Amino acid sequence: MAPAPRFSRITLALGALGSALVVFLLLPIVGLVSGTSFADARAGLRHPLVAPALELSLVTTALSVTLVVVLGTPLAWLVARTPGRAARWLESSLKLPVVLPPAVAGLGLLLAFGRASALGGLLARFGLSVPFTTAAVVLAQVFVAAPFYVEAAIAAFRRLDTSLLVIARTLGASPVRVLFRVALPLAAPGLLSGAALCWARALGEFGATLMFAGSLAGRTQTLPLAIYAALESDLRAARSLSLVLVVVAFALLVAVQSAERASTRSGAEHD
Amino acid sequence: MLRVDLGGHIGQLRLEARFDTSRGPVVLTGPNGSGKTSLLLMILGVIAPERGEVSLDGTSLFDAQREVNVAVEQRAIGYVPQHYGLFPHLTAAQNVEFALACHEAAPPRAERRERALSLLAELGLAPYAEQRPHALSAGERQRVALARAFASAPRALLLDEPFAALDVGTRRQVRVFLRDYLERLALPTVVVSHDAEDARAVGRHIAVLEAGRVVQSGSWEELAADPASAFVRELTS
Repeated sequence: MAPAPRFSRITLALGALGSALVVFLLLPIVGLVSGTSFADARAGLRHPLVAPALELSLVTTALSVTLVVVLGTPLAWLVARTPGRAARWLESSLKLPVVLPPAVAGLGLLLAFGRASALGGLLARFGLSVPFTTAAVVLAQVFVAAPFYVEAAIAAFRRLDTSLLVIARTLGASPVRVLFRVALPLAAPGLLSGAALCWARALGEFGATLMFAGSLAGRTQTLPLAIYAALESDLRAARSLSLVLVVVAFALLVAVQSAERASTRSGAEHD
Repeated sequence: MLRVDLGGHIGQLRLEARFDTSRGPVVLTGPNGSGKTSLLLMILGVIAPERGEVSLDGTSLFDAQREVNVAVEQRAIGYVPQHYGLFPHLTAAQNVEFALACHEAAPPRAERRERALSLLAELGLAPYAEQRPHALSAGERQRVALARAFASAPRALLLDEPFAALDVGTRRQVRVFLRDYLERLALPTVVVSHDAEDARAVGRHIAVLEAGRVVQSGSWEELAADPASAFVRELTS
């Protein structure tokens, strides 16, 4: 009898289909990297749009990720520790911004904070206006990126070995101590990976920002908006900015994956 | 003395138990799923019973009628669960220090460390003080967990299957060690064990739990003379 071929026909067919997708997914990144010479990239980074956009992106994403972590961690803890349908329902509804088109999110934010709205009217009485300001950039980022952190944090808290929390209490630890000394350190890898995903999403935010904050250089024009603006005047600048984002995104991906590995490792140690 | 008389539901299982530690350590035994661990969690205050009382040295920890329910962290009952439950992110010494730091009158950091090291040394664990739990053997983890429980100055001790994770050789050593250790501590103690030989090593008073109910309790001789169920007969034979 003839030996069985190493790869059956069906495997080869599936492989061909899969490879087509892999090639397509890598194509834009290869195009960005290979088409840009080092000298071009450096020249592009000197374009007047670049420095303010880079600074604005760093400042706003730092703010929005901090906001999401400070507000999202207690929320995730409560959702993870509360049994019942209400918590489940809340958890599902928190995912809404992920599936919502960014343009819709932007319009929603504009309507919620615009002068015509109750909230906007109230803020206007104090002389505050949110739309088309740097604050709007941060709010748009928080809106689209928060679910990535909250979801990861809920999962990290659910993975915790609850018997460790019980033991901490039998040793006399107050609920606050249990949270800060046991739950948070054990959930840290999952929380960090969620924060990195959240940062990546905030950094790439485009649609909601454009609708709600506009694209004003130095005030609301973040990296992705600057790429779009540079496209009209200087392709080299757009390419250089894109390369910056590719490098940052790749670094974040590596960080997320190593945090996830650490999280499954520390989970295995409990047994 | 720890006095337990309580009832409640764990899912479908109706739990009813009544015993005290007036005659020394109580060994709680019974088949898998009979509610042994759940009963411990009720004594600790993690699961709320529906009726009854739990008291320790005359102080009421739980009383359904008088609506007394002391919080877990204020009950001062040391608990060593089946897999010892050491905090994986802390070293052996830090695990013990954690318990020392939880006191209202917690000593300063340097003193906590010194006391943690001396508690570990007492149990022969001095060389392992800086090790994380995953680097320790099951027997070493158990002793760290005992040191940690003891560091919280408990007024009673609950041990859940202290022998289950040990290999045969270590098991024999631990039986002797634990019996002597518990005798020396002289604390009200409840030990859960499904193994007759292990149970016999640590306590003279046995309570047999089957399907959530204490079907029989007494000394080994009393149980052997008049076994109340097939499980008790097999246990004492």
